[in-house]
Amino acid sequence: MIEKANLEVFSETLLDLARHDKDIVVVTSDSRGSGKLTNFGKELPDQIIEVGIAEQNLVAICAGLSAVGKKVFGVSPSSFLTARALEQIKNDIAYSNHPVTLVGISSGVSYGQLGSTHHSIHDIAVLRAINNLNIVIPCDNFETKKIIQAAVNFNEPLFVRFGKKPMLKIHNDNQSFKIGKGISIKEGKDLVFIATGETVQRAYKAIEILEKDNFKCTLISMHTIKPFDESLFLDSIKHTRGIITLEEHSESGGLGERCSSILAQKKITTNFKIIGFPDEYMINGSQSDVLDHYNMEPKRLAEIAKNLIS
Amino acid sequence: MNIKTLQSKSIEYRKTILEIIYKSGAGHTAGSLSCIDILNVLYNKILKVDPSNFNSNDRNHYIQSKGHSVEALYTILCDKGFYTKEQLLTLNKFNSHFIGHPTRKVFGVEHNTGALGHGLSVAVGMAIGFKLDTKPYSVFTLLGDGELSEGSVWEGLMTANKYNLDNLIIIIDRNRLQITGETENVNPLEPLKEKFTSFGLSVKEVNGNSVEDLINVFKEVPFENKKPNVIIANTIKGKGVSFIENEVVWHHKVPDDDQYTKAIDELNKQKIQLEND
Ligand SMILES: Cc1ncc(C[n+]2csc(CCOP(=O)(O)OP(=O)(O)O)c2C)c(N)n1
Ligand SMILES: [Mg+2]
Repeated sequence: MIEKANLEVFSETLLDLARHDKDIVVVTSDSRGSGKLTNFGKELPDQIIEVGIAEQNLVAICAGLSAVGKKVFGVSPSSFLTARALEQIKNDIAYSNHPVTLVGISSGVSYGQLGSTHHSIHDIAVLRAINNLNIVIPCDNFETKKIIQAAVNFNEPLFVRFGKKPMLKIHNDNQSFKIGKGISIKEGKDLVFIATGETVQRAYKAIEILEKDNFKCTLISMHTIKPFDESLFLDSIKHTRGIITLEEHSESGGLGERCSSILAQKKITTNFKIIGFPDEYMINGSQSDVLDHYNMEPKRLAEIAKNLIS
Repeated sequence: MNIKTLQSKSIEYRKTILEIIYKSGAGHTAGSLSCIDILNVLYNKILKVDPSNFNSNDRNHYIQSKGHSVEALYTILCDKGFYTKEQLLTLNKFNSHFIGHPTRKVFGVEHNTGALGHGLSVAVGMAIGFKLDTKPYSVFTLLGDGELSEGSVWEGLMTANKYNLDNLIIIIDRNRLQITGETENVNPLEPLKEKFTSFGLSVKEVNGNSVEDLINVFKEVPFENKKPNVIIANTIKGKGVSFIENEVVWHHKVPDDDQYTKAIDELNKQKIQLEND
């Protein structure tokens, strides 16, 4: 079933929470439209701070607001938030330990044809290298809602990113959820897909294809990249013939390399494939065309999976 | 090229901007329409940059810092013969080099932009380079007014002042709108002229949608010896199409069939009127 965009769920959830908690403050950088926060601004004008097109300013202001007791959500396109304002994230939020939630909207290649300046395929990698910063990436509406609800009173710096396209329903509403604990969606012995964020959906469809050919697959939604759920990862791969990781991010420094480092250090050898964006000048196209081009089309994923274990 | 020819070109450029946005299904409509008269005058009167000299460093340079108005830039470069209309019409298509922000994969584009607040400092670097080599070339850069909120802009201005870059011409597309609304509500800029003056720059204001006024102001460069030049170009966002002008939603709205026909119709009427004047 197709539901809403995670972006939409984020803004509705936040507005709901902010109506009952005056300490919640949102900070935007000419990004309230892109963040679907126009209604938030109309209904709760005193709980939204607009700083203009100034992402560095935004992040440092978030730190200041947090320091005096506000529950702060800084919302800006993930590319500008995490590249432009990286030093503010590193020093003013993470190092200074202000429990701000930074929300990277239109992440990955959501901006399609707008090109490289607008893509954020570096954000997981750079933020992973920063101490004291949690990184969470929802795969569907359910995870998005749970993350935003948890973020309000989360006592540590947090980064969340998602896209703006409608998403498939992946989880049941009674699924338990905790930041830091991945979720096993399907279990099967032949192959394990470890995916994060909206690429879980592509793995889900690939598995439907593989199941028709009698392959049994495990699917993990590794929504939290940091802290990484190493025990779930190790449990899930125990008896498998192969592992595929999937992320809307560069192959460098993301989920796949996180997994490969664990495998190498535990001396686990198995069939293993990282699927993300290679280190090249990125092809031009819509978000889905770009994802398809870089092996994330479900049909192609199923082929790669079969080849990996044959 | 006389004033009337330039005015006629502006109308044709506006039609092309709308055409490529309409056909590709994406684009930053109003910002491209607001700055096209500036690009028209620059490329047809001032810059002296064309496909024959583009590959040399020894020429004037232009950086479009407000990269989202890429349709204006692509349109003018097409008219200057950097590529064909057919190539331009691949805009936003899969595997085309014509993406939604300026990229040097497209012949004639000086610098990759799209993240706001970078172009000025790159232009400062170029202008310093020309000074070091005592070369007579100028560097022009176009910024959005909303873009001025980026702190990096003001870092660049200070360096421009320090190095007496009278070969640097900073043009502000002062259309008073950004995505969220009016610049003066989002993050007030006024008194803008005084801000630039206090940073040591020499400032002139013009009607940025009048090719005549623009030609005149560019002729006055350098405004003052050893001072970087700022032109506050007062423009109308969406200029040329009645229902797009000053309407904030048109920042990145794409015309539907009906709106496209109406817009082209309005522009054709302006052209007939111009010819009869
Ligand atoms: C660093 C950065 N932050 C945010 C954006 C998103 N963005 C694109 S255009 C725009 C508004 C620009 O307003 P302005 O500079 O006034 O341009 P114009 O009105 O001429 O279109 C914004 C916020 C961006 N491209 N780069
Ligand atoms: Mg503007």
